[in-house]
Amino acid sequence: MTSYLIRRLLLMIPSILGISVVLFTVLAMAPGDPFEELATNPAVPPEVRANLRASLGLDDPIHIRYVNWLFAMLKGDWGFSFVSRIPVDDLILQRLPVTIAVIGASQVLALLVALPVGIYAATRPYSIFDQIANTLAFVGFSLPTFFTGLLLILLFSIHLDWFPFVYRTQLDSTGWQWWWDQFRQSIMPVTVLGLFQGAALVRFVRSAVLDVIRLDHVTTARAKGIPERAVITRHVVRNAMIPVVTLVALQMPIIFGGAIVTEQIFRVPGIGSLLISAVLSNDTPVIMAVTFVFACLVILFNLIADLLYGWLDPRISYR
Amino acid sequence: MAGSTPASATASAAAERPQPGPWGEAWRRFRKHRLAMASLCVLGVLVLAVLIGPFIWTAPIDEIDFSKRLQGPSWEHPLGTDDLGQDLLARILYGGRISLAVGFAAMSVAILVGVIVGAIAGMAGGRVDAALMWLTDLFLSLPELPLLLLIIYLFRDSLVGVVGPEMGVFILIVLIIGGFRWMPVARLVRAQFFSLREKEFVEAARALGATRTRMVMVHILPNSLGPVLVAATIDIAAAIIAESTLSFLGLGFPPDIPTWGRLLFDAKDNLDFAPHWAIFPGLAIFLTVLSINFVGDGLRDAFDPRRVK
Amino acid sequence: MEETLRDLIGRVKRGSLSRRGFVKRVAALGLTAPMATQLLAVTGAAPAAAQSVPAYAPTRRGGGALRILYWQASTLLNPHFAVGTTNQDSSRVFYEPLAGWATDGTLHPVLAAEIPSVENGGLSPDGRSVTWKLKRGVKWHDGQDFSADDVVFTAAYSRNPQVGATTSGSYQGLNVVKVDDYTVRVEFERPTPFWADAFVATAGVIIPRHLFANFNGPNSRDAPTNLRPVGTGAYRFVSFAPGDTLRAEANPNYHKPNRPFFDTVEIKGGGDAVSAARAVLQTADFDYAWNLQVEDEILQRLEAAGRGKVNIVEGGNIEFIQLNATDPNVEVNGERSSITTQHPAFRDPAVRQAMALLVDRESISRFIYGRGGPATPNFLNNPPRFRSPNMRMEFNVARANEILDRAGWARGQGGIRQKDGVRLRFVFQTSVNAPRQRTQQIIRQAAQRAGIEIELKTVTASVFFSSDVANPDTFTKFYADMQMYTTTMTQADPQRFMNQYVSWEISSRANSWQGRNIVRWRNEEYDRIFREAEGELDPVKRAALFIRMNDLIVGSNHIIPIVQRPLVSASLNNLRPVLSAWDSTVWLLSDWWREG
Repeated sequence: MTSYLIRRLLLMIPSILGISVVLFTVLAMAPGDPFEELATNPAVPPEVRANLRASLGLDDPIHIRYVNWLFAMLKGDWGFSFVSRIPVDDLILQRLPVTIAVIGASQVLALLVALPVGIYAATRPYSIFDQIANTLAFVGFSLPTFFTGLLLILLFSIHLDWFPFVYRTQLDSTGWQWWWDQFRQSIMPVTVLGLFQGAALVRFVRSAVLDVIRLDHVTTARAKGIPERAVITRHVVRNAMIPVVTLVALQMPIIFGGAIVTEQIFRVPGIGSLLISAVLSNDTPVIMAVTFVFACLVILFNLIADLLYGWLDPRISYR
Repeated sequence: MAGSTPASATASAAAERPQPGPWGEAWRRFRKHRLAMASLCVLGVLVLAVLIGPFIWTAPIDEIDFSKRLQGPSWEHPLGTDDLGQDLLARILYGGRISLAVGFAAMSVAILVGVIVGAIAGMAGGRVDAALMWLTDLFLSLPELPLLLLIIYLFRDSLVGVVGPEMGVFILIVLIIGGFRWMPVARLVRAQFFSLREKEFVEAARALGATRTRMVMVHILPNSLGPVLVAATIDIAAAIIAESTLSFLGLGFPPDIPTWGRLLFDAKDNLDFAPHWAIFPGLAIFLTVLSINFVGDGLRDAFDPRRVK
Repeated sequence: MEETLRDLIGRVKRGSLSRRGFVKRVAALGLTAPMATQLLAVTGAAPAAAQSVPAYAPTRRGGGALRILYWQASTLLNPHFAVGTTNQDSSRVFYEPLAGWATDGTLHPVLAAEIPSVENGGLSPDGRSVTWKLKRGVKWHDGQDFSADDVVFTAAYSRNPQVGATTSGSYQGLNVVKVDDYTVRVEFERPTPFWADAFVATAGVIIPRHLFANFNGPNSRDAPTNLRPVGTGAYRFVSFAPGDTLRAEANPNYHKPNRPFFDTVEIKGGGDAVSAARAVLQTADFDYAWNLQVEDEILQRLEAAGRGKVNIVEGGNIEFIQLNATDPNVEVNGERSSITTQHPAFRDPAVRQAMALLVDRESISRFIYGRGGPATPNFLNNPPRFRSPNMRMEFNVARANEILDRAGWARGQGGIRQKDGVRLRFVFQTSVNAPRQRTQQIIRQAAQRAGIEIELKTVTASVFFSSDVANPDTFTKFYADMQMYTTTMTQADPQRFMNQYVSWEISSRANSWQGRNIVRWRNEEYDRIFREAEGELDPVKRAALFIRMNDLIVGSNHIIPIVQRPLVSASLNNLRPVLSAWDSTVWLLSDWWREG
């Protein structure tokens, strides 16, 4: 187990390096120019743009830029945003708390809703509860978040006037009022995201539990007279967790990556909106840093999921 | 888990008996699934509607008439009109062809790639597994937007040159949406394989001398399809919506082709004044997803030998 | 006409003709009233203190919080690094220029004591220098005195190539001299009729020498003041999260009395334009929403809530179509749309004229842009003294058909016209943007009725407007038959605007497609009168030259103006913003106040 863990951790290094090479190449080759607005502005002479490009090293060949980037990254220098002209890590750190708070809360909400609903629905397939849960789940993932978000805004902000729909990072209030305001402004983005992801998760949990519940050892356990509750938690859920763990591990990196559409609708200054504005303005150092961290998280959570499989089902061997 | 008998092995042995034929048996079970049957009908109606609907409802999709803008449903325009006075029923029928085709095709690509990658990784383990999971991680971490712009830039013109504009765009869209959605399927299938290949019935089959391919095809793969079916249905919805996002990058179909996702997006700013514009395409996507899901449930129950009910 | 005008202006100056009489008489010549009053103003025949800026009523401060919403977020606060309006605006909250542009196209003094003119000795009659008198007693936010040294330094900083300032273009070809602590003279290499560029408006904001002097070089990006601005403005810095929120508080030592009105200012960025409009007009969560590029019908419905109103400020921005003068489908030395080629169809004036007749500007304006886009026959629309009275616009499919028939373009297969093997089938590209796609559809439908087939192409804005040399889809490459976009007029003077059609600005591979003449139209007369206008010191004559340029390019039908794009914003009913189309949204934030 330990040697397996060490081997996997060591294997992460070439994986990450390889991914970073691909990322860097894609970004370098992708069309676009960080100084496009300068190009359309008649007041800026072309020499200024050429100068800026040169001073930011944009005219070097790709492999040289990659090596420069890699060594800087190893030294803890994340690069310098073309657009904001400040270090990239400052930009990311500024966005991190909000991202974790809002996206994290929505993931927790998704899990809190999806697990019990999915399990309960699977234990009573085709009951009224199951039907309602399923239908709501279908609504949940067949409507895009730009649409559900707008629906919530129209209902709760404009008609009922309960919640604000512009997320503000620095609230004027203090103490309990601050928590209350924070809650009011977070509830819509968290709900939109949480339900979108929860809806898909409900279906997966239901399906996974349904698969296991019909297995013979569950029937045997029931036959032995073990209480239904215990059967479900001890025998069914544990075995059904493998696909669920896979999915959660897939979604965890999003807590860092943010959710572009939802952040845009509610003006949540998260990492998703940082990434999209960086992409639109071709701010390569920011894109590179965000996607690189994201890639590391993807690999890390994949590893965690692999380890959890073994814990959930001891017969899975580490090879 | 002691004491459990390899039920699936016996069940599949039972399935090999020729009696009523496994397909016939499955069809009989499927028919008993009322929701699935109803959904199959709904799906059939939807497909028929987009296929032959435009020949029956012949209102032009792009006739601009400013005197009729944003009208609610009426006899002349059963689903109302949009902000250029274009008939929404005609547009939904026309756009549905593309949306449904993109949805199904992209889902198939995603599921096919995902199942193959997942199955190989799950069976082989070791280096092959590590390499394939690296590929999966790579695709998961690639930022979609710059990559899309790169793909448009590199391939659009050449592909359009080879197979013509409409087919070229269609192939590109399907490959891109499919190419960005297979990774969860691969991970799910791989995890299922890890668990299933150690199960008693697989051990039993192995002991009985089943070949590797047969083990996968007959014993492991069918039992790992539960999450795959769910992923497939989610992917159809996601693909229909994703298509509309692509057209904002200039990659999708031209802006005047009213796919369902596109209609929904165009309608959103008028949601409080002209809800009909958004409701009908939204309903169309929802009905598609709903019916496909129930058909999926029905199929699973029909082919699942262990069904409880 | 020019002679008559000059005669009339002379009579106004001598007092033998009233200003109202003047307006009446020039109206008979086809000039509009605003154009006439402006002519009087620029020739010095009208009092300079015209009501170009609304009166400021408050007699006290302490007006509470002002909340402004931008749907794009600002990312940096150094005005000389600013790329794009959002960044220029956010730094303008703290920094001020010597003078700003009021919305009627006249200068309004900010850090200058007065606007230089020939009468007050500020302008030399030969057009080679301008002398600015600075306001006394102005202090930077950190308590230091503002003086001529800061002005001289700003020019040096901006034009230093190692700094990489985006404003450097405004400081080329001139020399800045400190006359005394409160007087600065700008000397030009050549006679310069348009002198109000350096130290004026967006490119002209003055930065403190004592904080930037050590960063006037390659280390410019390390200056702490880049992120914590210290200016002379009415509000001073509190906090800034790039891409999100900017906060400021009232400057207690501001150099204008009773100002500023508000205690705090918050500028929140991000989101989309429609929901920004909602946040002001429907829920009143914010006081002001910037640049609402939203279909007017939606705005009108939001306005019906009665909480706020839509502000429309007319400038020179224009949405227009270009008909490529060169052939985008022929490659010459690896370059398409090469100036050595001619467009097979658009070289026929009849085709261009027909295209102009097929653009239904009235409907596009009425049903798509509404108040945000009045239809116009002119490319150069503002300031009013430059607006041509000679151009007409018409939507007439029948006439377009007739013209094409007469020119020998006969309907062929599928009803598409052709002549000598050239089919009237055009690729029409634009950026991804809802109103533009709607406009494309309207034009395509009209063209279809005239036997012209149009294929629509849309390119995502970040690619279309980029200057990426490797990308074929940029608007400067123009690898299409037609394209449509908005060109912006950043100054209340057309020189930097009308250079879009001079032959030496033609966009080509040789200049990495950075030339401003994207339609690649060439005309000797145009070139000649543009050169003439560059050195013409007589304002009346200069205006006549620019009007002639407008008539030449529009008359060629190589460009088809569609609608003007005034700045559209929303504010609460009780807010009194001071807006200008020629300067930043917050150019006079010091004078914003709230009624009641």
